[in-house]
Amino acid sequence: MKKISLELGSGGKSMRDFIARTIVPAFKNPMLAELLDASHLPGRIAFTTDSYVVDPIFFPGGDIGKLAVNGTVNDLVVSGAVPQYISLGLILEEGLEWNALEKILRSLKAAASRARVEIVAGDTKVVKQGQGDKIYINTSGIGKVIAKPRPKLIRPGDKLILTGTLGEHSLAILTARGDFGLEARVQSDCAPLTFLLPFWKNGVLWMRDITRGGLATILSELTEKIPYPLLIEEDEIPLSKAVQAASELLGIDPLYLACEGRAVLVVPGEKTHDVLARIKKNPLGRKAAIIGQVEGKIGRPGELLLRTSAGGLRLLEPLSSELLPRIC
Amino acid sequence: MARTNEFRDKKVIGALLARIAENKRSLPSPCRIMEVCGTHTMTVHRYGLQSMLEKAGIEMVSGPGCPVCITPGEVHEAAIRLVTENENVILATFGDMTRVPTHLGSLQNAVPAKGSAVKIVYSPEESLDLARQKRNKEIIFFGVGFETTIPSIAVMAKAAAGEELSNYSILSALWLIPPPLRAILESGEVKLSGFLYPGHVSAIIGQEPYAFVAREFGFPGVIAGFEPGDILLGIISILDQIREGRPRVANEYTRVVRPEGNPVAQALMREVLEPKDACWRGLGVIPGSGLKFKAEYSAYDAEVKHDLRITARGIDLPGCRCGEVLRGILPPSRCPLFAKKCTPESPCGPCMVSFEGACLVHYKYRGPKS
Amino acid sequence: MCLAIPSMVIEIDEVHRTGKIDYLGTKVKTNFALLDDVRIGDWVIVHAGFAISRLDEEDAQETLDLLREIAEKS
Repeated sequence: MKKISLELGSGGKSMRDFIARTIVPAFKNPMLAELLDASHLPGRIAFTTDSYVVDPIFFPGGDIGKLAVNGTVNDLVVSGAVPQYISLGLILEEGLEWNALEKILRSLKAAASRARVEIVAGDTKVVKQGQGDKIYINTSGIGKVIAKPRPKLIRPGDKLILTGTLGEHSLAILTARGDFGLEARVQSDCAPLTFLLPFWKNGVLWMRDITRGGLATILSELTEKIPYPLLIEEDEIPLSKAVQAASELLGIDPLYLACEGRAVLVVPGEKTHDVLARIKKNPLGRKAAIIGQVEGKIGRPGELLLRTSAGGLRLLEPLSSELLPRIC
Repeated sequence: MARTNEFRDKKVIGALLARIAENKRSLPSPCRIMEVCGTHTMTVHRYGLQSMLEKAGIEMVSGPGCPVCITPGEVHEAAIRLVTENENVILATFGDMTRVPTHLGSLQNAVPAKGSAVKIVYSPEESLDLARQKRNKEIIFFGVGFETTIPSIAVMAKAAAGEELSNYSILSALWLIPPPLRAILESGEVKLSGFLYPGHVSAIIGQEPYAFVAREFGFPGVIAGFEPGDILLGIISILDQIREGRPRVANEYTRVVRPEGNPVAQALMREVLEPKDACWRGLGVIPGSGLKFKAEYSAYDAEVKHDLRITARGIDLPGCRCGEVLRGILPPSRCPLFAKKCTPESPCGPCMVSFEGACLVHYKYRGPKS
Repeated sequence: MCLAIPSMVIEIDEVHRTGKIDYLGTKVKTNFALLDDVRIGDWVIVHAGFAISRLDEEDAQETLDLLREIAEKS
């Protein structure tokens, strides 16, 4: 009997295939089939949903509550909508500590205030001990559409801006789990991307938040939407020392690490410096950088290219499977 | 002191390549150098050195340097059965072991029995911690590696024995580097000019175990580190040895490798383990090429404790040609499955799965089609 | 089979032969059972949580000098 394996939730290709071949066809719906971060409904309403099952529920720089609000807020922002209302579904495991729940509720409230959204609907369930991992949260979000991503207008010479350093959320989780005996000075990058909303009016053509699968996976998905290759420069990717160290120690590539408060934007060449300067003025965008561009001279459509620090040129694939540390 | 920048610096790499091209000119072509360490394979390709070296007249060949790849399917299958057919077993393993395809699928998509799980660890020590913390579970560490990792596995077995941990054992696949070198040289299958010896294996075993390559077979070799600069300096040393007609075991990695290796590690290995005739994927049984636990450690040897009865034959899944890749006779790009039927998402064999498998490395770090 | 990084010893428990190393500010639990006579401040090569060899400063400097020499001559 065929059973669901953990790999199907990993964020890699097998998950995307699973969603495309099993989940979406069950509903035969053109809006769903687009697989956007948020669906744009009639009446300029954007709607999205996400579930949070992170382990551990508390980690340096945040907790599952903060994640649950910001994740849904960010899906709305990158789809071109101002986040307004959130619904909150809580599934609590019998035995969850009261203090833990209170802390998470406070986090949810704080994150909602910061992102200027209101939690207007909700549901709470309690399941038997052993049937849920402390707490699972689902948030759905509604926003007002103010722009539409326009990948069809993307041209060679348009630049890629990354709003900050990669991988801190992943590393914060690893450290909190105590995996690999690592002690890193790191905080999750979990944050609302609402500060990017004004840039929809400044010519930004497309943006995505960098979640499961990392930057390489997100940009690979973009190459499927445009008829040009993308080129990124390894030397330009902002990385904190902690992520650099952990990547080398564990043999993982930061280009595949999930973040929860970073985005990549495609900006027309002539607007790039202005957009970058303004992003950098925001504390969440201080380490923003131009990391590459839409290519016109080298590569072929559908290719995501990396120019390595040694000067070589190679292809970057989307994440094919759960990121595993290597030892050899 | 971790000043690795010079070892990767564009200017330095360029200068080293120029020196190689210059020294190579006066020598007969082709010059084919085999490396037997997945990390060497990775460095060569990740930095784009392969094509730059080809322009300088040097061809790099990958040998059986990936312990995940050479471990026969039957051993992987035994690991899968342990966790799917037994309750309350935790199989602790290094990451890429979980994706190797077998007749039973892979560890990663195996559905564990009730209370059982696969746990990915970075260090063997974590598996011991698991055994100490979860006394109601049977912890089995899937310990795979060459001499770089073997001493740490020996330490774990010794510690488990010292603490009399009744819920811990090690499913081992322990491989030695010098015997397959002999097998490859004796078979004469691959035309080679010299060897790059693995830097960290050598940190454990020293220089002497490779001496037969120069003395008996007349082939030059050099122990090299893992930065691009190290590999290129190593190649320069091999070219010098060829030009001087003086094959030996040179050491480029002096900052880490002592001529005698690591005597403490060697003693620990001798204390806990003994040689066995191991079966290698692709190469078959090679005398004295593996290690197994001594009788006094059989309580911690998963094969004995759980009566596994593994008969390894080292044969690939139908259609897969990893064995030939590991012998150095089939470059990954010439395997008919490469990048077509066999990709990282749908691997046909371990060489496309292991982070240091030659096929995955060639695939991941390939240049653009244009 | 050789992923290993040069890092600095910052903590040692002599009895259990365990401790910590620091790499670029990140600390990792490490086992020193394979090296005799390790001191705080030593640079070691760590593989899969075990220190397998010491980094020799003089030899490191020699190799760096060799690299610089070749780079300058080109």
